[in-house]
Amino acid sequence: MTQERTAPAHEGAEPPAQAPLAGSGTPQGSGLAQQVLGSSVGRNLGLVVALLILCGVGIWTAGEQFASVDNALTILRLASVIGVVSVGMTFVITGGGIDLSVGAIVALSSVWSTTLATQTMAEDYHWSVIVLAALAVGTGCGLVNGLLVSYGKVVPFIATLAMLASARGLAEIISERRTQIVHVTDFTKFFRADVIGIPVLVIIFALVAVVGWVVLNRTTFGRRTFAVGGNPEAARLAGIDVRRHTVALYAIVGLCCGIAAVMLVARTTTGSSTHGTLYELDAIAAVVIGGTLLSGGRGTIVGTVLGVLIFTTLQNVFVQNDLSSSVQAVAKGLIIVAAVLLQQRLAARSNTGSS
Amino acid sequence: MAEQAREQQELLLHMRGIVKTFPGVRALDGVDLDVRAGEVHCLLGQNGAGKSTLIKVLAGAHRPDEGTIEWRGEQVTLANPNAAIARGISTIYQELDLVAGLSVAENIFLGHEKSRGGLLKRSETRAAARALLKRLGHGEIRVDREVGTLPASGQQIVSMARALSHDTRLIVMDEPSAALDQQEVQTLFQVIRDLTAEGVAVVYISHRLEEIRQIGDRVTVLKDGRTVATDLPARGTATADLIRLMTGREIEYVFPEGPAAATDSKVVLEVDGLGLTKKFADVSFQVRAGEIVGLAGLVGAGRSEILETVYGARKASTGTVTVDGKRLRAGSVQAAVRAGIGLAPEERKSQGLLLDQAVYRNITVSSMSRFSRAGFLDRGAERAQARELAESLDVRPTGVDRPVRNLSGGNQQKVVLARWLLRDCRVLLLDEPTRGVDVGARSEIYALIRSLATRGVAVVVVSSEVEEVLGLADRVLVVREGLVVHEGPAEDIDEHKVLDLVMEGSAA
Repeated sequence: MTQERTAPAHEGAEPPAQAPLAGSGTPQGSGLAQQVLGSSVGRNLGLVVALLILCGVGIWTAGEQFASVDNALTILRLASVIGVVSVGMTFVITGGGIDLSVGAIVALSSVWSTTLATQTMAEDYHWSVIVLAALAVGTGCGLVNGLLVSYGKVVPFIATLAMLASARGLAEIISERRTQIVHVTDFTKFFRADVIGIPVLVIIFALVAVVGWVVLNRTTFGRRTFAVGGNPEAARLAGIDVRRHTVALYAIVGLCCGIAAVMLVARTTTGSSTHGTLYELDAIAAVVIGGTLLSGGRGTIVGTVLGVLIFTTLQNVFVQNDLSSSVQAVAKGLIIVAAVLLQQRLAARSNTGSS
Repeated sequence: MAEQAREQQELLLHMRGIVKTFPGVRALDGVDLDVRAGEVHCLLGQNGAGKSTLIKVLAGAHRPDEGTIEWRGEQVTLANPNAAIARGISTIYQELDLVAGLSVAENIFLGHEKSRGGLLKRSETRAAARALLKRLGHGEIRVDREVGTLPASGQQIVSMARALSHDTRLIVMDEPSAALDQQEVQTLFQVIRDLTAEGVAVVYISHRLEEIRQIGDRVTVLKDGRTVATDLPARGTATADLIRLMTGREIEYVFPEGPAAATDSKVVLEVDGLGLTKKFADVSFQVRAGEIVGLAGLVGAGRSEILETVYGARKASTGTVTVDGKRLRAGSVQAAVRAGIGLAPEERKSQGLLLDQAVYRNITVSSMSRFSRAGFLDRGAERAQARELAESLDVRPTGVDRPVRNLSGGNQQKVVLARWLLRDCRVLLLDEPTRGVDVGARSEIYALIRSLATRGVAVVVVSSEVEEVLGLADRVLVVREGLVVHEGPAEDIDEHKVLDLVMEGSAA
């Protein structure tokens, strides 16, 4: 049982106005509520502070070059693709699973949607053919993962590891390891446009995050995701079809990978079997430092978005200072460990405080 | 309520010849159960009689191998929990089936959330949860609080609110009073009376006979997976009759003859004033070399906790444990093991064995240093020693290289015993040594435990089966709600008296 934290399972903090309605709430009860509320907001606040510190370092070391609207947009554009994948990853991890195949699915979707055949079709009919192809491939891969995990009873780690290998392999076969250039100009024009100064890619990321938040925190599906991840047996006894739910969770990650593939294809104007390399690690890292429990039952979209922004900003600061990607990787590892250690300390403290 | 009036009431549930087999165990062996609308039907039976399996069948969590279930005059199959819930059967499980990370309100409506078009109606959910808790006399439980932070009694209330949240015709309550205090039990009874007045039926499981007298209408007694008596009036049946029905056994186990009471041998284990906050208090006893001491009591009375505290797996809040005159550091398993204490835990598969490892590795895992030279294991010696032990304990099938997983429950238990034998244990703590062991193999395990004792080991046995404690032990301690309520030689007490002690709290 995961009782490591007393923070609510999701960031849907109650409006304080609700407290008096409880009527018979004892003084200790409401004191505890504040504590719980405080620690939930506090956790996300901690991530915000970390982000601000990073920005401070950026301004201090790179000055104007960092603190410009252009650079901010660059960071956001960079964060968009991995952000969309991470939102999907939050769902599957909250539901008690893991998906190692996200990067490979992004690659396969990007390749499949930019083959000569697909592009010809897109030119004949409409550029959205490319989008539909990517989404279909992504969701299809996710479905296969989900079916293997819930009906085939293959451990998620193994099932998605197999998908990682074979999806990227398939992408290589289809593309013959060549980078496929996108010729459909309407497609690239649409996704590379700005709306009131904000890149379409960033808007897509924001939309995915908002929809993800609503689904996870405000729908029966989301509520059941917490239950399936937190205590599958209790969920089953409550009448939830745990297996079907699990399939849906993997399909959601797959869909997110499809969306990310479209964004990546638009950003780079290419489809390639090397797209999305190591996305699985970046996504899991962002989800975990965001505060989602790897063991399931607890998840936060806001935390994931902040986690993604922290990593992307870090990357940007390093690039601005001409530091190698190797140094960057070391820093990333240290941040993950520090974040998890910090979270455990905080969890232990709030546990003793409430009992 | 007049008898005739009750006869008129609709027969809600009619189960006939329910059989459920698990690998190695026939948990249900032909159970019949009739429940009428508006009655409180009590299920009685010792631990392992099949009560929990039966209610899981009723809840759709287990599918029976044989037998028929009629619900309101119509034959049904309860293929999954949803099928049972949809028909109006809800269940309050003993092991709490709540999601710790979700709030009180979220748990109550889990699986049948209040929503429109998939979007949750959150304030409505909270209001409804609040109303349910108020009805249970617990309006003070905040519905936004995370369930994992509630104490056990609070979680029990949430479980109940959840059962009430369904539109139900039958509520199954598995020991609902276990985590409640007197006041809360009375509130629960009031809720039950209100429900039955509305025509809802309640299947009530409890070990406390006084509760059954107070709230029950009819009693069905289960024993060894069978219905042995049904349609007994809850108030009119004598305690002695109920206990006789629960204990009368068709299968007799052979218990080894104990040697003449070893009152002169040396005291090996001495437990003095041992206590663990909220679990048990002031437990004192001595075990001599060659003696078997049994702890009897209900599940949750604190027996396992006492063993685990002696072993150092839990840190005692008061008292001391002494082995061979040497006092052990509290809360240190290492100290206990070094002093020669071995524990065979209740959950053999999860706590005791490396299931996928070979038999010999499971036997030698606690004595590894004996077979290592400069860190390298002498696997030949390991195998030879293990083989010798396995043969002397008659572990079957023979051959120490097969994974423990492939052995039967009884042979797995022998492997655990062999491990401690190899370590030359001074004290052996056995928690439910025959759980999951075939009826046939039990006598073998009993003989083995006795032979360990005759080699000079001090043995402490915990068992839910009173007969087992009495048959095996030289001396018996009866534990009720964390306190030792009786201590004495095994031959001075019988099964009825023990059951009386643990269930009513007073010797008849």
